[in-house]
Amino acid sequence: MPTVELRFSPLPAHVRTARLLAAVVARRAGVDESLIDEVKLAVGEACARAVGIHQAYAPGDEIVVELNDDGGAFVACVRDRGPSDADTAVEATGAAVADLPDLLDVDVLADPGESGDPGAAMPPGFGLAVIAGLVDDVEVTPADPGTVVRMTWAPSAR
Amino acid sequence: MDLSLSTRTEGNRTVVVVGGEIDVYTAPKLREQLIDLVSSGAYHLVVDMESVDFLDSTGLGVLVGGLKRVRAHDGSLRLVCTQERILKIFRITGLTKVFPIHATVEEAVSATD
Repeated sequence: MPTVELRFSPLPAHVRTARLLAAVVARRAGVDESLIDEVKLAVGEACARAVGIHQAYAPGDEIVVELNDDGGAFVACVRDRGPSDADTAVEATGAAVADLPDLLDVDVLADPGESGDPGAAMPPGFGLAVIAGLVDDVEVTPADPGTVVRMTWAPSAR
Repeated sequence: MDLSLSTRTEGNRTVVVVGGEIDVYTAPKLREQLIDLVSSGAYHLVVDMESVDFLDSTGLGVLVGGLKRVRAHDGSLRLVCTQERILKIFRITGLTKVFPIHATVEEAVSATD
């Protein structure tokens, strides 16, 4: 059972609530203060991704965030209920930082030809790639239904 | 904290001062601002991010979208940022190669390609 569990309807406004809550629990779990921004960004990215997927595939379902500080480490799990291939989930984490330039082709990004929604300027899987770039210990696993993004931070040595 | 936006003109540059948090909730507001500016003929933008507390990939997407729009008019989009926590996400994503990032508004306004 998670230490703290948050369930929220898939609205962008709630993502801020989730990342602030994650920061509070991470601090309590002993995560170093210098990593709190990273926790906020990573949990925020995972929740924003889940909101996007739910808005497309499961608007009536809640997103679940589990925050654990009981195992010597701080673990944040974000569960969505969309199709597990809603974005390039597994590939993106496999890609990690080294392959980000492939995912994020600078020339393609800067191409002024595209006139559509700039919010869609980032390729699918970009949010997950950011998480993989930030967090050393991240697992993205298909659930039934959906995906679980699990991020782990060790407590600071004191 | 919400997003705050203000604009001013310096020479032929339009400076957009952004404060607060740019995330999946607030980014549409910034996107609208950038679209409005480009629609009104402002093609050389300087986005001052010194008062931004949080930036996620949605915010990055909006900035990239803005860059595309100004480039379609042979314009430019320069960023002002010295905060390490914000610069980090530009570095992780390789976007430091896409955006000119300056330490001060003065430097960004006087920069030329």
